[in-house]
Amino acid sequence: MVDTQPTVTQATLVKKAAPKSDYKPADVSPQRRVQRSYTIRLWSIRHSRLLEWFYSRFADMFLLLHPLWKKIGYGRVEAPIKFVEKRVKGLMFDCRMCGQCVLSSTGMSCPMNCPKQLRNGPCGGVRANGNCEVEPDMPCVWVKAWEGSRNMVKGDAILNVQKPVDQSLRETSAWLRVTAQAAATRETASKEVA
Amino acid sequence: MNPPRPRQPDEHPDGIDLPLDRLPGHSSRGRLERVLRRGEFAVTTELNPPDSADPEDVYNRARIFDGWVDGINAVDASGANCHMSSVGICALLTRMGYAPIMQIACRDKNRIAIQGDVLGAAAMGVANILCLTGDGVQAGDQPGAKPVFDLDSMSLLETVRIMRDNGKFLSGRKLTTPPQLFLGAAVNPFAPPYDFRPVHLGKKIAAGAQFVQSQYCFDVPMFRTFMQQVRDRGYDEKCFILVGVGPLASAKTAKWIRSNVPGIHIPDSIIARLEGAQDQKKEGKQICIDIINEVKEIAGVSGIHVMAYRQEEYVAEIVDESGVLKGRRPWKREARADDQLVADRLEHLLHDDVTESQVDMVKTAH
Repeated sequence: MVDTQPTVTQATLVKKAAPKSDYKPADVSPQRRVQRSYTIRLWSIRHSRLLEWFYSRFADMFLLLHPLWKKIGYGRVEAPIKFVEKRVKGLMFDCRMCGQCVLSSTGMSCPMNCPKQLRNGPCGGVRANGNCEVEPDMPCVWVKAWEGSRNMVKGDAILNVQKPVDQSLRETSAWLRVTAQAAATRETASKEVA
Repeated sequence: MNPPRPRQPDEHPDGIDLPLDRLPGHSSRGRLERVLRRGEFAVTTELNPPDSADPEDVYNRARIFDGWVDGINAVDASGANCHMSSVGICALLTRMGYAPIMQIACRDKNRIAIQGDVLGAAAMGVANILCLTGDGVQAGDQPGAKPVFDLDSMSLLETVRIMRDNGKFLSGRKLTTPPQLFLGAAVNPFAPPYDFRPVHLGKKIAAGAQFVQSQYCFDVPMFRTFMQQVRDRGYDEKCFILVGVGPLASAKTAKWIRSNVPGIHIPDSIIARLEGAQDQKKEGKQICIDIINEVKEIAGVSGIHVMAYRQEEYVAEIVDESGVLKGRRPWKREARADDQLVADRLEHLLHDDVTESQVDMVKTAH
């Protein structure tokens, strides 16, 4: 048995052995994170209550438009809606278009920005300053999620256990999916009453 | 001929290495669940996985814990460093009758591989599974690897629970024989967001956790606060909480761990105490024993998980000196009755200086 811990990790050895060249990438994340500051994302989390209020109105409006979507055809509206959704949510939340949005259950902090893409809570590696284990300069997505959820009216949705991501739904519109599902439940409910 | 040895608690009557029968109300056939449900203070530990293809390496490392622990964690590439797989270690350990706790990290395998491994492990006699997220690949020896993270620890727990309780894969396809498992998870009360951590534990319990092992506890007051919140929510009655403890080899190691290993919180007071000691290694062990003595008194704590990385030889001493077992002797690997018979016979032939004639042998045989 060796008495002392090795002072260099394998990772440092590997890094040292890598060929030297003039080009050193500034920050490489395994998630191919688009380099941008987190300012807007963090603003969204700070204003989670406002966004929650706005989103519920917005979802109602979308549901109201369900007959229209149906008439045009969900398949046909998908492309333009997705175009808008991707850009709006991309700007506001650094959305990764997983297609199954849980923002309202995660304090308006997109869990797909977590390098481990955890959708149910933080990992055990959060740094003492509340930053990410993998990307030391990024505030932990789940530390922010917990803060954001405390501001929200239905913030306790953060307690729900989320199902694993369905990878086949990537790059699809969560707005349309939620609307179509809500319309379907509304219809079955009205049928049951009748 | 030696007299038959007394039967150990939790030993199968037909052979010490055979799996036990499931008791009513239990979800697994393992000894760890029996110990915890009996209300005994459980001790688990971690096997340092070998970088080798030699089964003897695993057996030798497991032998150190004989008679001192109720479960041995088979780690799944901890710290994202490549070692023998947890499935492989479990295959070897179950063969010898040990009670491994198979760790599954979500980092390396997708849901298809994980569900297959769960079935395979249960078939081999693994009774305990610990569901982990896993360290990021950047922490390990192969930072260029693709991080999978298809499931997270929570959905992994739920997946295995569905397999066990509903007898189905995640897809809904039926299993002919569902696995019988005792499900575990990890908690780290020592990392932010601190007030979310107890809630997070509640989520894990809802997803299926029956026992949890905590990250290294060096800050007892912090852990006490956490346990207070856990008790207020009644979670300590819904799952067994095992506190992670371990000896620090030196002040230098402690500082290195603090700055390099994610999620381990070591207060300055511990480092100061180590630095002030003549024999830092001995002091590290003593700190560990002191922490055990403090945490074992906290209400809601059901056991300890001793992680003595590269100091495995101290696990027995730590367990012994802290007296957590209260005289109880956990399962110890012993030879099966028929193997013992052969061994005794060989011993007699080789070492007892006797010349046996057929006439004498017939006489003793009748």
